[in-house]
Amino acid sequence: MAEETFITEAQNTWCPGCGNFSIEFALKSVLAGLEKDGVSRDNVVLVSGIGCHAKIADYLKINSFYSIHGRTFPVATGIKLANPDLHVICCAGDGDAYAEGLDHLVFAAKRNVNITAIIHDNRVYGLTTGQYTPTSYMGFVGKSTPLGSFEEPFNPMELMLCSGATFIARGYTKKLDSLQRVIREGIDHRGFSFIEVLQICATYNNMTEYYKPRVYDLEGHDPADFDKACMKIREWDYNRDSRIGLGVFYRTDKPTFGEHLREKEPVGGKDRMAAIAKILESKA
Amino acid sequence: MKEFSTLIGGKAGDGINSAGFLVAQLFNRMGYSVYSYFDYPSLIKGGHNFSIVRAAGTKIGAHRNHCDFVLALNQDTVSLHPDLIGGDTVVVFDSYKVKYGNGVPVDIDKVLAEEKAPGVMGNSCIIGAFACAAGIPWETLVEVFRKHIPKSLDLNLRVARRGYDVAKPGIPVPRLPGKAVPIVTGNEAIGLGLVQGGMDAYVAYPMTPASNVLHFLAGVQGETGITVVHPENEIGVILMALGFAYAGKKTAVGTSGGGFCLMTEGFSLSGMSEVPVVVVLGQRTGPSTGLPTYTAQSELFFALHAGQGEFPRLIAAPGDAEQAAELSAIAVQISWNCQVPAIILVDKTLCEGTYSYAEELVKVPRLSPPDEPPAEPYQRYALTPSGVSPARFPPVQGSMVKVNGYVHDEDGITTEDAGITIGMVEKRKRKAATLAGEVKKFDAVRVFGNPDSPDVLLCWGSNKGVASEVGGELGIRVVQPLILWPFPEEQFRKAIKGSSRIISVEDNSTGQLAVLLSRFGIGVDHQVLRYDGRPFAVDELAARVKEVMAHG
Repeated sequence: MAEETFITEAQNTWCPGCGNFSIEFALKSVLAGLEKDGVSRDNVVLVSGIGCHAKIADYLKINSFYSIHGRTFPVATGIKLANPDLHVICCAGDGDAYAEGLDHLVFAAKRNVNITAIIHDNRVYGLTTGQYTPTSYMGFVGKSTPLGSFEEPFNPMELMLCSGATFIARGYTKKLDSLQRVIREGIDHRGFSFIEVLQICATYNNMTEYYKPRVYDLEGHDPADFDKACMKIREWDYNRDSRIGLGVFYRTDKPTFGEHLREKEPVGGKDRMAAIAKILESKA
Repeated sequence: MKEFSTLIGGKAGDGINSAGFLVAQLFNRMGYSVYSYFDYPSLIKGGHNFSIVRAAGTKIGAHRNHCDFVLALNQDTVSLHPDLIGGDTVVVFDSYKVKYGNGVPVDIDKVLAEEKAPGVMGNSCIIGAFACAAGIPWETLVEVFRKHIPKSLDLNLRVARRGYDVAKPGIPVPRLPGKAVPIVTGNEAIGLGLVQGGMDAYVAYPMTPASNVLHFLAGVQGETGITVVHPENEIGVILMALGFAYAGKKTAVGTSGGGFCLMTEGFSLSGMSEVPVVVVLGQRTGPSTGLPTYTAQSELFFALHAGQGEFPRLIAAPGDAEQAAELSAIAVQISWNCQVPAIILVDKTLCEGTYSYAEELVKVPRLSPPDEPPAEPYQRYALTPSGVSPARFPPVQGSMVKVNGYVHDEDGITTEDAGITIGMVEKRKRKAATLAGEVKKFDAVRVFGNPDSPDVLLCWGSNKGVASEVGGELGIRVVQPLILWPFPEEQFRKAIKGSSRIISVEDNSTGQLAVLLSRFGIGVDHQVLRYDGRPFAVDELAARVKEVMAHG
């Protein structure tokens, strides 16, 4: 099936050179691969937040819930609990996932709900025209921080590790192969998959030259080893200079949130009325 | 009317609420209809809790400021309520903790020590003494205990028997012909109504006075088949609910005003995305944290206007347990069928009040969505005459289901086109008209008391109980709108037809229902307002209304 069929008629309004194009390309390739492996796109739901990244909900020809800023994870959790057979993918921005909706991200990881989070981390607010985000480096000069930001960024992957995420990976929009690989592995993982994607913002934060000499593919790393994963995740703290690893940092198997609901029998009609009658009888 | 009121008080942790429930069950088995009010401060141990259980030969939904029996487990019970205790009141008290001149002393401490029973069984002891004082047969008490406190039944009964034996008959409570019925709280009635209305999932973060809807529904997940989730906060709650609904599950959430503040962005998203949700909004005294465990009706305007932008919504305000069940069931259906958010606007008085429940009064119509044939290919926001687009849920073979909080086209794709924007605004307006049509299908305005009286006592929500009783006593007409939005104007005008004076009663300081009516050119002549967090007693409201009628 031609990959083009995954793209809607909606006019694309991302800037030329935007990293979102790479994520869109990677995701649609993964979806095409899934379809080849028997997972129909009808069973996939994309949930997005608000920001440049979120336009992907308009552009991809699949089920979608274009939600609001920061709120992708509770929406996705509700969908997954309601129908565990659906593959639910969240596309969220760094402002979305790490600022406005940080609580939801931490809880999605803590619950190990079986959804996939793809974070479009361009380390800047693009749609609101250039302010610092939780992962911008200290001293970031933006419209709200003309003197440079006075906050250190946090390392979202470290945060996810201690929050209970069972799959933690990093991709980069200029390394399409590894990006596609981690997205596919994330979707295939049973549990909460967290994929941090370093994304170029061509207009407000083009870090291509910075990332280019520093990124490398993880090799010989054992993602099942928590302590080693922790060390690897801490190699780069999003602030000080260092090498930046790409690939799967951590992977483990834990029960997923709402697993028990899969076996739940629906109770409707007469049986439901009988249940109500029985409850009322117990109160008499 | 034969009636008895019983005050039972103690400190938090004494199990006053369950003691009140047991007293209510004793009256229930004596053939009475009961209502009880539970008053407690916001703390876990200590403080003063009390319950007023009123039992009567007819259905009631309010308390009175006079007690026939007082069961005092602490000194406050006899000291803090001089207005409730008269010369004819039988006071049963724990003589170890309470100093009281004239009454039925029970040395509970001694009984518990001799029976080696834990402190919380003190209330079984005093209930035993009460049963004797009220002439309630011992067998009736055994029956109630066996059903409602099966844990440590023998010990509870031994302790109760000691109380029964040391007390002496006070005021005999005659047995009435009525048979025992379920006794439920308003919160339980809401939960039952949601289940009856077809709700699949309930999502909530605890907040008084709605927490017990969560607890109740969590407890009945197995037999009812519903799913109950308690997420990280109210923002997560409403968004999770929208996720459930997107995937085809009818979902409700519950909270109080503070939690609903957090939900408003999701509420507005429901309006725009047309993904339905039912919100149980239990009002308490505000603003802000206010009086967390006391009542108010000060969020009608909040409910009416919550969320940015303009979108249709349903607001239902039940006034007793049966109405709570009925309207909750109706709200689930209408919200789902019309794809709009709905609010069940209740308050602490109703949520945590306890009512004899007459199931036969709960009439739940089976409603269906407007008949709109689904278009091919499927469009989530297809423009239709009713404004309601056929809902489908993923997976839909060969079609995608796109919902969106931006202005969107019929496919659900974001647009900034002026023409499509107007088209979608008008779609939502048509949906508002469809919603108003749904409200016309049932009795959205109720009349009690004397329907021919030119004097109208107007009430909403939990004041229905007290107002209908006062209306009956004074021979005036009582009007209660059950649906506050879309306002059932036609039915309301019919209900007040021929009136020459409208007196409204509300638990707020600005008369929010009166202000709402003014939008329709309907004037309220006098307002009886209360805003101390406590509900009106029948005698209090009767006095206030009489005063207005005499001088107004």
